[in-house]
Amino acid sequence: MPNTHSDSAVQQVVLQPLPGDFAIWIFIFAELSVFAIFFAAYAITRNTHLELFNVAQTHINKTYGYINTILLLTSSYCVAIANRYIKEGRSTACTRFLAYAMMLGAAFLAVKIAEFNNDFANGITLSSNLFDMFYISLTVFHFMHVIMGMVILSVVTYKSYKGKYNATEHTGIETGSVYWHMVDLVWIILFSLVYILH
Amino acid sequence: MKYQTQKVAKPYFIAALVLFLGQIIFGLIGGLQYVDGTFLSTVLPFNVVHMSHTNLLIIWLLMAFMGAAYYIVPEEAQTELYSPKLAIITFWVFLIAAVLTIAGYLFVPYAELARDTGNALLPTMGRGYLEQPLPTKIGIVLVALSLLFNLTMTLIKGRKTSLNYILIGSLWGLALLFLPAFYFPTDTVKASYSWWWVVHGWVEGDWELILGALLGFILIKITGVDREIIEKWLYIIIALTLISGMIGIGHHYYYIGAPPYWIWLGSVFSVLEPLPFLLLMIFAFRVFGQRRREHPNKAAALWAKGTPIMAFLGAGVWGFMITLAPVQYYAHGTNFTAAHGHLAFFGAYAMVSLAIISYAMPQLRGREANCMKAQQWEMAGFWIMVLSMIGITLALTGAGIVTVFLQRAAENPLSFMQTNHKARVFFWIREYAGIAFSIGLLTYLASFFIPGSYEYSEESKKALNH
Repeated sequence: MPNTHSDSAVQQVVLQPLPGDFAIWIFIFAELSVFAIFFAAYAITRNTHLELFNVAQTHINKTYGYINTILLLTSSYCVAIANRYIKEGRSTACTRFLAYAMMLGAAFLAVKIAEFNNDFANGITLSSNLFDMFYISLTVFHFMHVIMGMVILSVVTYKSYKGKYNATEHTGIETGSVYWHMVDLVWIILFSLVYILH
Repeated sequence: MKYQTQKVAKPYFIAALVLFLGQIIFGLIGGLQYVDGTFLSTVLPFNVVHMSHTNLLIIWLLMAFMGAAYYIVPEEAQTELYSPKLAIITFWVFLIAAVLTIAGYLFVPYAELARDTGNALLPTMGRGYLEQPLPTKIGIVLVALSLLFNLTMTLIKGRKTSLNYILIGSLWGLALLFLPAFYFPTDTVKASYSWWWVVHGWVEGDWELILGALLGFILIKITGVDREIIEKWLYIIIALTLISGMIGIGHHYYYIGAPPYWIWLGSVFSVLEPLPFLLLMIFAFRVFGQRRREHPNKAAALWAKGTPIMAFLGAGVWGFMITLAPVQYYAHGTNFTAAHGHLAFFGAYAMVSLAIISYAMPQLRGREANCMKAQQWEMAGFWIMVLSMIGITLALTGAGIVTVFLQRAAENPLSFMQTNHKARVFFWIREYAGIAFSIGLLTYLASFFIPGSYEYSEESKKALNH
C-alpha cells in the first residue's frame, strides 16, 4: 500500500500541467529556437574571429549590462511573487507586484536606450564590425521582446486590477509570467555570452 | 449565409475561378515553351506568357480575398454590408481593369504599352509581378480604398470581433504595402528594396495574416470550436509572422549591394519563418481534434485541413531550403525558387482561397453544403491538384539541382542554355504534372455544375429534429 501511495504522488507531480496557456509554450519554444540559432551563430563566429571579438567587446560599457541584469531579475522576482499572491487569493497584492515588475521593465528599457545612445556615439553600428553586428542585433531583438513582454504584462495587470483573476482562475497571469521569465532567461544568456565571456 | 449583402461575394468568387483557369492555361503554354522554345513564340513570346501567368495569379487571389472579405465581414459584424452597391461597382472596375491589362500584355508590345499608358510620367513598369501599367496600379489603389472603406464602415456599425479586426487590418496592410510599387528608382539596390517591400511584405508578411483569418473563420464555422481558442492561436501566429517576416526580408538582400549584415540577419530570421506555418498546421489539427460538430461540407473541411499542410511544405520547407545565405549564393535565380514559388502560392494562398470558396459558395447558392456527388468531384479535384502540384514542385527542384551542379558549383560551368537542355527531362515532367493539374482544376470546376444539396441521413434528420 505505501508503494501505491508514493506512486500516485509521483504521478501527480508528473501530470501537473504546464502553468499558463499551452499556446504560449509553443510560442516560447519558437522564440527560444531563434535565439538559440542566434547564439550558436555568435559562438561559431566568435571562435573564428576571437581577437576581433575580444577587442570589440571592450568597447561596450558593462555597467549598463550589470544594472539591467539586476533590474530584469528583480522584475522577474516580482512576477513570481505576484503569482504566489494570486494563488492565495490576494489580488490587490498581486496587482501591486505586477505593477512593480512593469516599472522595473520600464527602467530596463530606459537604461538600454541610454546604453544605445552611448554606443552609437562611440561609433558602434551594425556595420562597424562583426562583434558589433551581433551585439546590436541581439540586444535590439531582445529589447523588442521586453517591449512585447511589457504589453502582455500591462494587459494582465489591468485585468488583475479589474478583479478578473482569483485563487482558482489566474491562467492569464501565469501566461504573462512565463513569457516574462523567458525574456529574463534570454537576457541572462545574452549578458553572459556577449558582455562577460572574454 | 445570414445576411443578404454577403451575396456580393459571389461574382468575386466566380471571376476568381475563371481567372485561375486563365492562369493555368498560360502556365501550360509557358511550360511547353521551356521544352520547345518555338511553340507559339511569334504570337505569345515567353515573357508575355510568364507575365500573364503571374499577374493572373495575383489578380485572382486578390479577387478571392476580396470576395472572402465581403462574405466574412458582415457575418462576423452581424450586420449588412455598408454598401453592397459600391462592392459591385468595385468588382466591375477591378475585373475590367484586369482584363484590359492582360489584353494589353497580349496584344501590345510591352514597350509600347508603357509609352501609351504614361509610364514616362511616373515609371513603375518592368519589375516582376508589378508589370502593370500605371493606370492599372492606380486602379488597384482605388479598388483597395473602396473595399477598405466599405469593410471598415461595416465594422464600425456592427459587432467587433478579433477575427474581423485581423482580416480588415491585414487588408489595410495589403493596400499600404502596395504603395512602394510606385517607387522605382534607377538605383538598382533601392529598386530591389522597394520591390521586396511589396512582394515579401505581401507573401511573407501580410498575406499570412489574411490566410490565418480566412482559415480561422472556416474552422469556427466547420468545427464549432469556441472563437476564443481560435483567436488566441491567431494572435500567436500573427506575432510570430511579424517577428520573423519583418527582418526575414533580409534574405532578399544578399549580394545585391546591401550592407553585409543582412547576410546574418536574413539567415537567422529566415530560420524562424517556417514556424508560423508550422503553428498554423498544429492549430488547424488541434481545432479539428476538438470539433463539436460534423459539418456536412466535407470538401471545405478537406481544403481547410490541406491548406496548412501544403502551406507549411511550400512556404515553410521549400522556402527554408533556399533561404540561408550560403545556399542562396548557389541557388539564386534557379528553378529552386520556381519550385518554392509554385508550392507556396498554391499551398498557402490558392488553397485557402479555394477553401473559403468551398465553404461559402454552397451557402451563397442557398444550401448548407453541396450534394455528396458534387463534393466527391470537388474532393477528387483537390487530390489531383495537390498531387500534381507536388509533382511540379519536385520536377522544378530537380531542375534547380541540375543548375546548381552544372552551372553554379561546377569547375567548368555550362552556359544557361546548355544547363537548361540538361534539365530538359525535369521540364517535361513539370509539363505533364501541369496537364494533370489542369485536369484537377477542370474536375474541381465541374463540381459546381452538379446540382443538389447535401441530404442528411434519416437518423441525422431525427437527431436534428430532436
